[in-house]
Amino acid sequence: MTKPLEVPTMDMENKEVLRRIEITGDMLLNMGPQHPSTHGVINFLVQTDGEVMKRAIPEVGYLHRSIEKIGERCTYNGFMPYTDRVDYIAAMFANQGWAMAVERLLGMQIPKYAEYCRIIACELNRISSHLISVGTMAMDVGAVTPFPYALREREFINDLLEELCGARLTYNYLRIGGVAFDLPSGYEDKVQGFVDHFEKILDEFNRLITYNEIFIKRLAHLAPISAQMAIDYCLVGPNLRATGYGFDVRKALPYSVYPEFQFDVPVGRGEVGTKGDAWDRFWCRVEEMRQSCRILRQALAQMPQDREIMAKVPRKIKIPEGTEAYSRIESARGDMQYYVVAGAGENAHRVKIRTGSFTAMGIIDALSRGLMIADLVALIASLDVVAPEIDR
Amino acid sequence: MQGFLDNLIRSKGFDPATWQYTQFVYLAGMAAAAFIVINFAAITAGIFSWAERRVAARMQSRVGPNRVGPGGFLQWVADAVKLLLKEDLVPDEADKLLFRIAPYFMMVGFACVFVALPFSHRLVVADMNIGLFYILAVTALIVVGIIMSGWSSNSKWSLFGAIRSAAQIISYEIPAGMALMIPVLLAGTMSTQGIIRAQGGWPWQWFLFNNPAAFAAFFIYFISALAEGNRTPFDLPEAESELVSGYNTEYSGMRFSYFFLVEWGNMWVMSALAVTMFLGGWQIPGLSPERFDALRGGLGVVAEVASLAVFAMKTLFFVFVVMWLRWTLPRIRVDQMMNMCWKYLVPASFAGVLFVAAWMLLVNAQPWLGYAMRFTLTALGAVSVTLFALRVLRNIHDTGDKFDFTSNW
Repeated sequence: MTKPLEVPTMDMENKEVLRRIEITGDMLLNMGPQHPSTHGVINFLVQTDGEVMKRAIPEVGYLHRSIEKIGERCTYNGFMPYTDRVDYIAAMFANQGWAMAVERLLGMQIPKYAEYCRIIACELNRISSHLISVGTMAMDVGAVTPFPYALREREFINDLLEELCGARLTYNYLRIGGVAFDLPSGYEDKVQGFVDHFEKILDEFNRLITYNEIFIKRLAHLAPISAQMAIDYCLVGPNLRATGYGFDVRKALPYSVYPEFQFDVPVGRGEVGTKGDAWDRFWCRVEEMRQSCRILRQALAQMPQDREIMAKVPRKIKIPEGTEAYSRIESARGDMQYYVVAGAGENAHRVKIRTGSFTAMGIIDALSRGLMIADLVALIASLDVVAPEIDR
Repeated sequence: MQGFLDNLIRSKGFDPATWQYTQFVYLAGMAAAAFIVINFAAITAGIFSWAERRVAARMQSRVGPNRVGPGGFLQWVADAVKLLLKEDLVPDEADKLLFRIAPYFMMVGFACVFVALPFSHRLVVADMNIGLFYILAVTALIVVGIIMSGWSSNSKWSLFGAIRSAAQIISYEIPAGMALMIPVLLAGTMSTQGIIRAQGGWPWQWFLFNNPAAFAAFFIYFISALAEGNRTPFDLPEAESELVSGYNTEYSGMRFSYFFLVEWGNMWVMSALAVTMFLGGWQIPGLSPERFDALRGGLGVVAEVASLAVFAMKTLFFVFVVMWLRWTLPRIRVDQMMNMCWKYLVPASFAGVLFVAAWMLLVNAQPWLGYAMRFTLTALGAVSVTLFALRVLRNIHDTGDKFDFTSNW
């Protein structure tokens, strides 16, 4: 391992970085934006000396679509389909964040049945999102087979969600004031059947990859993050919890009907390596899928019977100018926050979305120093960044 | 080969030592053998490409290519035709000469191995007395091709792949070579046919179960062969998720297909070598090589075909194991790969050679020791295979899965 040289600071222009790389005689490697394992269009400027990196600078912005600005130009309801695109792997959460923010602007309560529908949809979506995450992480470490295994299970969830709202990726299921459709008949049994089947598959998945010797060798002790460092870099979600700091918005700042469920927040324990290493992040996601299954079971058992899916929402939502609202939800990628300031007409004056992937990108530079190129790939995958969520 | 041609000439009533056309006959024989060998290599590699995709698909709950021909069997022909028709791109800044000739180096290094590889009792192109050294030497040509292609591509990813492969293949040649010295010690010859003849048809007569060091040497050789063939978990030179495609990133069309031809063909080479060295090669259980030699006429042909089938079955099983490993294991990191080679495999293979030398002296003095050890190791092997099968059955049962070999073809 090379000892960290005098490294350029974060805010330095890329040009300056390039100049320094030239002086030191290192190699500059552009990893991305079309690299197979950057998980979307992200670029990493990698300064390497052979296999060992001196640093990797994430370059974001290739997938910026001005979603927040679109939110200021659309009506409150009209923005709902756009929120799907904030994080297309876990679209339900982006829906929920926006719906909750506007509901808070309106100061309204939504029917309990609708909340349960939301929770079922969201937890299914959390499982499918984590499946993508753990599957691609295994693939980035070189094991291809866990990925189709994960995708096969995700297909079942896609089928379920398609039955619910007609879409398989960008769901647009939630509405301000409730959900768009009632659960189809027999839906509870199908979800129950999936959960029963899926918990066995999780054990199989653990046997296949989680406790694989090479996999552990690759990920244990890799890029450990301490709890303090994670908080300093605003990490959220499984990335934060893997450090042993059990902050989960569902528990810490309960919203929706989450207080009615019993579930644990899995935190990293450093089971095979250092606490907060890449393997812990992987393991946290696997365990969270199990917890989501628990929540789904309870939600199905406790469903209210009234089947009321929408609260009374005015056809044209008009909110006094300058009213502010803020919603925080636990998305698959962690703490997702929507901040809305109502505008004069039927749309918002300001929309700001805070997402987990964007902050996760910030820590890559600090963690990448002294790692190898193969480790960088595993590190990016372990942080579970999704390009559209970074740039919005 | 030469013996066969000499016999042919004699049957025409000439003396091969004095006949003026002997050299021409040899030349024609060599050309025919080369043609057959290269075609065999190319066709097996093509079929393996289809087999690997089907095997991978079954392992991943997919279907895999099943459209071209029965069960998709002709997919490899379609792929080959497609690749031959593609444009042969050479990057602008590449070293054009090296870029163009690099795939041929790999092809030559790969095809030459088949000269000394046995297929059955009589079927071998050249049964040289240095057969094993020859094989180890010509496989080294492959790494020259890889380095050439990586360097000449003028792409950083290719260069990474080439550097990795230089480090990897050259390092792993040492444990592979040392591990293969153990059967050589046991057989007392380097001729591939001679090594097979020194073994027997039954598992306890194989060098694999001869003594603990030979048992370990088999695994050392197999691991090193995986590394030399760039197969997972050692596919670092072409690590898709890290290096895009490694040394062959910039290649397209026919030249690209050569790299993969070599990779898939290498599966046969590494498996055939393992079978030759440790698993009794073409030996038919219950038929000693001397009695085999004595067989004449129709019975001889039947035995010859049977020995070919035995050899092919064993080899194909290991080809399947190589595929199986590829679709099961993650990839190890560069430093772990080097650690494994220099810290574990190299010392272990050297220790193994010393152990075998000492063991042979011991067995010479006390022959019963050899029989006892063979019996114990064979029993151990059988027990571990059984335990493995039971474990698999339990896992299948736990997941609520079921066997299904018939659907989705």
